[in-house]
Amino acid sequence: MQFMALIYSADGAEQNYPGGPDKMMADYYAYTEEAKKAGVMVAGDALQPTSTATSIREREGKTSLTDGPFAETKEQLGGYYLLDCKDLDEAIKWAGKIPTAKYGTIEVRPVMIWDQ
Amino acid sequence: MNPLEAELTRIVRANSGRILSALIKVTQDFTLAQDALQDAITQAVQQWPQQGLPQNGGAWLYVAAKRRAIDLVRKESRHHADATQEVLTDLQNDQPETAEWEQDIPDERLRLLFTCCHPALNIDAQVALTLRTLGGLTVREIARAFLASEATIGQRITRAKQKIRTANIPYEIPGQEDIQARRDGVLKTIYLIFNESYTAYEGQSLTREDLAGEAIRLCTILNQLDPDSETAGLLCLMRLTHARRAARQDKAGQLVPLEQQDRTLWDHEEIKEAHTQLLETFTKGEFGPFQLQAAISALHCLAPSWNDTDWQQIYALYGALTTFDRSPIIQLNQAVALAQMGGIGKALDQLNNLESTLRTYQPYYAARADILSRCGQEKAAKLDYDRAIQLSKNQVEKRFLFQKRNALAASVKNFK
Repeated sequence: MQFMALIYSADGAEQNYPGGPDKMMADYYAYTEEAKKAGVMVAGDALQPTSTATSIREREGKTSLTDGPFAETKEQLGGYYLLDCKDLDEAIKWAGKIPTAKYGTIEVRPVMIWDQ
Repeated sequence: MNPLEAELTRIVRANSGRILSALIKVTQDFTLAQDALQDAITQAVQQWPQQGLPQNGGAWLYVAAKRRAIDLVRKESRHHADATQEVLTDLQNDQPETAEWEQDIPDERLRLLFTCCHPALNIDAQVALTLRTLGGLTVREIARAFLASEATIGQRITRAKQKIRTANIPYEIPGQEDIQARRDGVLKTIYLIFNESYTAYEGQSLTREDLAGEAIRLCTILNQLDPDSETAGLLCLMRLTHARRAARQDKAGQLVPLEQQDRTLWDHEEIKEAHTQLLETFTKGEFGPFQLQAAISALHCLAPSWNDTDWQQIYALYGALTTFDRSPIIQLNQAVALAQMGGIGKALDQLNNLESTLRTYQPYYAARADILSRCGQEKAAKLDYDRAIQLSKNQVEKRFLFQKRNALAASVKNFK
């Protein structure tokens, strides 16, 4: 089954990565390769920072836009992996290996399966 | 409760963990398994008074619950035929239609315990689910034990079962690389259940034996199915603590501190057995915090009186404990042992160093008050008792602290 690993961290927190941001990029690359090889990788992307975000709402037929993310919190969504794992334990293991887990938070959620 | 109902309750409590664990193994569905067992219990309530008690009630319930599970799976299979055919086949092949003895019920309780105590479930949910499934306690009994409403406990269990199913928490015994950490988690949950029985927050009654007994039973099962030194250590610790329960409260319901307990009320047979089990565990040489705490408890249990306690060894054992856990509470207990050995001034210094971290911990101020009064600092002692009373959430404990403070006030007056 598929699990979405949502990657959250505070802006600039990657400076705290052991070995620095360059080491982090290398580790992300290695992680992605490992996940692909193991056959668990479905998809994964990094997102541009929240300063580029636009939030959209439609109320009573009118669309309104807000310049900024859905919620102004310290830790923001920075990217995701979609992983194909046999159960939560396996998903937790893969999520724990995502480099940002070292300074941010990875939230794992199963992808909804619609009946019929 | 009539004798037949009492017997049925006993049989349910003794067997539900095993029956549920077996049914969940084949159906992979907590809710369906629990519904099937519930229906089997309802059947027993109707049939046993007329037909008499079956030769083996546990086996009877298992067979009835399994038949009911097959019905329930069939009903669901109308909606998704393919997925359930496999489960049906498994259910039917799993065991013969009749089970004559409790031993005929497959034992999957270890899987059940590890799943109920999965770290992806919050601790309250782990506790409620474990007591409901493995303990066979009703939602009402759990609610009463935790001074929570039935709706709250019911919701907690439902949500936990939903998460297990939807997030696909595996129904498995963890593999070699994870088992140590996961076992620690299970022990933590069991110990929490046990401790809950000894501190009724804002409650009137100090012990709730049901919970303590249940925690001991769960730990016994775990130790049988997955023997481990720390599991045995926790089991001994709980048995030793529980063996002293009759002396913890006086006739008026007042808390009696260890120091003043009537040691003839302790269950010395149980203490002897638990002590023997602890010594056997020690021979394996795999020391851990639960074994060390059990050893401290054993020294208290075997001492003829508070003053004739082997404080030196207790002090050393707390020292060993701090190598696993530098928690300020352990340091507090170590200081108390030091004071008992005669090092009262040094003990007070150590306690003063802990104040900033234990500011909200009632036993800290109760202990320091006692040591201050022994140093002749009654005024400071009185202030500490006041703080302890303010922090205590237990009526019996509050009354005990009041008495200590008032006794102090009396002796201060006498000095003047």
